[in-house]
Amino acid sequence: MFKEYLTVSQISGPLVIVEKVSDVKYNELVEIQFSSDEIRRGRVLDVSVERALVQVFEGTIGLDVASAKVRFLGRSQQLGVSPEILGRVFDGAGRPRDGAGGIIAQKFLDINGQPINPSSRDYPTDFIQTGISAIDGMNPLVRGQKLPIFSGSGLPHSRLAAQISRQAQVLGQKEKFAVVFAAMGITFEEANFFINDFRNTGAIERAVLFVNLANEPAIERISTPRLALTTAEYLAFELGMHVLVILIDMTFYCESLRQISAAKKEIPGRRGYPGYLYTDLATIYERAGRIKEKPGSITLLPVLTMPEDDKTHPIPDLTGYITEGQIILSRQLHRQGIYPPIDVLPSLSRLKDKGIGRNKTREDHADFLNQLFACYSRGKEVKELTVILGEAALTDLDRLYLKFSESYEREFVSQTEFQERSVKETLNIGWRLLSQIPKEELKRIRPEYLEKYYRV
Amino acid sequence: MKKAEVIRVSGPLVVASGCRGARMFDVVYVSEQRLIGEIVELKRDLAFIQVYEETSGIGPGEPVYLSGEPLSVELGPGIISSVYDGIQRPLEVIRQQKGDYIKRGIQIPSLDRKRLWHFKASVAVGQKVVEGDILGEVEETSLIKHKILVPPGLGGEITEIKEGDFRIEDTVAVLKDDDKGKTFEIKMCQRWPVRKPRPVKEKLPVSEMLVTGQRVIDTLFPVAKGGTACIPGPFGSGKTVCQHQFAKWSDAEVVVYIACGERGNEVADLLLSFPQLKDPASGKPLMERTVIIANTSNMPVAAREASIYTGITIAEYFRDMGYSVAVMADSTSRWAEALREMSGRLEEMPGEEGYPAYLATRLAEFYERAGKAVCLGSDNRQAALTIMGAVSPPGGDLSDPVVQNTLRVAKVFWGLDDKLANARHFPAINWLNSYSLYHENIKEYLEKQVSPEFIELRVEAMRLLGEESQLLEIARLVGLESLSESDRLILEVSRSIREDFLHQNAFHEIDTYTSLRKQYRMLKLILDFYKKAKRDLEENKPLNEILASPLRTKIAQAKYSPEDNV
Repeated sequence: MFKEYLTVSQISGPLVIVEKVSDVKYNELVEIQFSSDEIRRGRVLDVSVERALVQVFEGTIGLDVASAKVRFLGRSQQLGVSPEILGRVFDGAGRPRDGAGGIIAQKFLDINGQPINPSSRDYPTDFIQTGISAIDGMNPLVRGQKLPIFSGSGLPHSRLAAQISRQAQVLGQKEKFAVVFAAMGITFEEANFFINDFRNTGAIERAVLFVNLANEPAIERISTPRLALTTAEYLAFELGMHVLVILIDMTFYCESLRQISAAKKEIPGRRGYPGYLYTDLATIYERAGRIKEKPGSITLLPVLTMPEDDKTHPIPDLTGYITEGQIILSRQLHRQGIYPPIDVLPSLSRLKDKGIGRNKTREDHADFLNQLFACYSRGKEVKELTVILGEAALTDLDRLYLKFSESYEREFVSQTEFQERSVKETLNIGWRLLSQIPKEELKRIRPEYLEKYYRV
Repeated sequence: MKKAEVIRVSGPLVVASGCRGARMFDVVYVSEQRLIGEIVELKRDLAFIQVYEETSGIGPGEPVYLSGEPLSVELGPGIISSVYDGIQRPLEVIRQQKGDYIKRGIQIPSLDRKRLWHFKASVAVGQKVVEGDILGEVEETSLIKHKILVPPGLGGEITEIKEGDFRIEDTVAVLKDDDKGKTFEIKMCQRWPVRKPRPVKEKLPVSEMLVTGQRVIDTLFPVAKGGTACIPGPFGSGKTVCQHQFAKWSDAEVVVYIACGERGNEVADLLLSFPQLKDPASGKPLMERTVIIANTSNMPVAAREASIYTGITIAEYFRDMGYSVAVMADSTSRWAEALREMSGRLEEMPGEEGYPAYLATRLAEFYERAGKAVCLGSDNRQAALTIMGAVSPPGGDLSDPVVQNTLRVAKVFWGLDDKLANARHFPAINWLNSYSLYHENIKEYLEKQVSPEFIELRVEAMRLLGEESQLLEIARLVGLESLSESDRLILEVSRSIREDFLHQNAFHEIDTYTSLRKQYRMLKLILDFYKKAKRDLEENKPLNEILASPLRTKIAQAKYSPEDNV
């Protein structure tokens, strides 16, 4: 039996201070029972000899100082897992939400996980074909990578994330795969879009969903990505599956973190976010990867909305410093009706180099994408110039680049939501566009590939 | 070991009572799990401890063991080719013994206690030695002869010297110090506190160049052996690739790579690729001269703070042997953030952007550990320690306190540029705002090693690039057509400098490394073309015809032609 304390002395925001405690440990799980017999859970944030500071996950509405009974459970937050977890929907704190009962756990895992030993990591090298040219051709995703989508409010990041989870496959292989989906603070409609999409494609049987909606306690969001990644680790490294994890929307997660930090009266860092935001995000993102001699993998696709489309806002900024690249959506392309509105130039995949080339995609892929980047970038520059000087001031070559960049956006980047292009198709479209440019301009491509693929 | 008691736990900060007599920065072990920590503040008998491991499950009442010793590293044969975490625990051994995840309270010695090393003595009984003298050596790898030195502070007459196969804890020599009337047993390994710089006899001005094989750096913004450089840039601008390139191709004899708060997969890349890469000078695997300190971003934040010091101390140890050592720290911003996080938990008054007020001092102390020096020891051997630190300013904003404080102490600035990176111009070092203060120091070296003309070529190239940016500005206003032909020639030539010379593909098997000699020839080719074209232009040849010259294709292909063809 656990000791029950009736010594709550202060409640402020999501925090509760309990006095005269003994034998309490840092990060321990806590249950608080109050007048209506309702039980809320929390964890210990700071403990000294006679006092514990507890963060309540479900919020402190209705809690009172007099009747609250506090129990310390002697363990940190855990998640019960078993292979039956596939196909289930949970809430942000890990309770079933789909009407079915709780799962019979084979084992309980600490949701905070442990850092993977860098020596045990295997470098991700398997190319994932997403069927989207702007990703496969320019910023290829590999298994075990963490590649966020930087979006803005009103942009179709949900549709893009759903399309990737629908189409992602490793070429020429049929393996056990699963999708773990964590929703933090998104609306019912958005969540429903994903759930329906998974249902319609039958993917739901291979998926685990953790859903914390916008109107549900913000504090619970702190656990949601950790629950999702603990599930992913179990599926990947114990059951040997290839797991794609979608975390949407990390901005709301960070805001919850800020909320707790402010309640704890910590010294704020940039824009009021706590100074440890980088470390905290890293403990989430770095759980992606591959482990040597284990068949599974975790590929992580966090989605975040940049406030005011500002890439230097602390959330996208710190995310970009941890993740292996980013896919950035552009409002301008979206306005032009281009789907997916991927802004290719600032997007990046850091792990692409070992995932492409001979035996993976095609031998010319690396040179090809470097050249496309260079040409598109030049084309965009020319476009800016045209705005100032008018088209008459352009040289013939400039005009070619201008034309190239326009057709590149319309024919290469643009595709439909249900169109799945193979990487070969993507490369062929790109080469067709490159062939508009004189051969001697294509300096980033080795002569032998030019010889083979350049067609006038 | 003295015992104290935990009275408070808040994340990585633990407060213990009953610590009278403990000293600042002493190492302590928290709870029966023996989590390693360091004392960062003392108040009466209370000690504030920063714990290097996750503190979940620790509570008041648990014991704290005081070691009475500052945080130290173990120095001896077996360091080279190792991968350590921030407090010098061997990650490969942890993997073999404890599995794929780093659990808490792991205590494994940094160096292999059982391995036998062949020690070859270079002194004889009766010889007088002073601190820093070489007693003998061990062939640690085929590239590194590990010299066993008289530790700082010791000296005297050799009364015993051994030769043969020994473990690192075996005594290999005995010294008798007549002045102190003591004898000292010298072992192959020694300990050194990481926060204290290892002493040298004298610091010297730098004079040699650290060749990195990267054209934009070696030609335009070189760093000297013993110098300091920093490479700030927003994410995605290629800091880490640059640092990896330095680690691979720098002509230092020992490389210490500190991955401080960075990505796990990047460390995996280093670990998997280094054993396969060959050192261009010796043809031996690069791992045989490399030490990696990996404290990735998800590993405990306090150990991240220590990792920088662990790395630099190991580097100093090899410098003391007389080697030219290069340290890559990626990234010092993560280290500064760890400092900020601990400072916040200690409730210290924050300075700029929440960083502690002592950030500038700590940074300067770190960079000052670089330098060319006369090592301790009677043979007056010289050695150099170069530091190249990456900085990751938020949003790429160079007014960030870590960047600004670094610029005050680092002599070379390689500014990475978002725009260049987006156009996939790598290395994305902006040639207009970067600088090196070592041009004068290494002038003689370049004249001797390459050609006196090399310096002129550099000045000319920089002039053209500067002129290009002005001309482009004008062209933006009035249109390219209205520029004179000679101006348009300048634009074409500078474009060629940018695309055919400065742009370098780190993943191309030949382009990844360019020797100084080849750099010189490549630049000369471009500027010779410019000279000739200028003459042709004066003779009223049309510009289009000049630009169609076959020489230009040769220029464009030069970077892909193998070193032997130069």
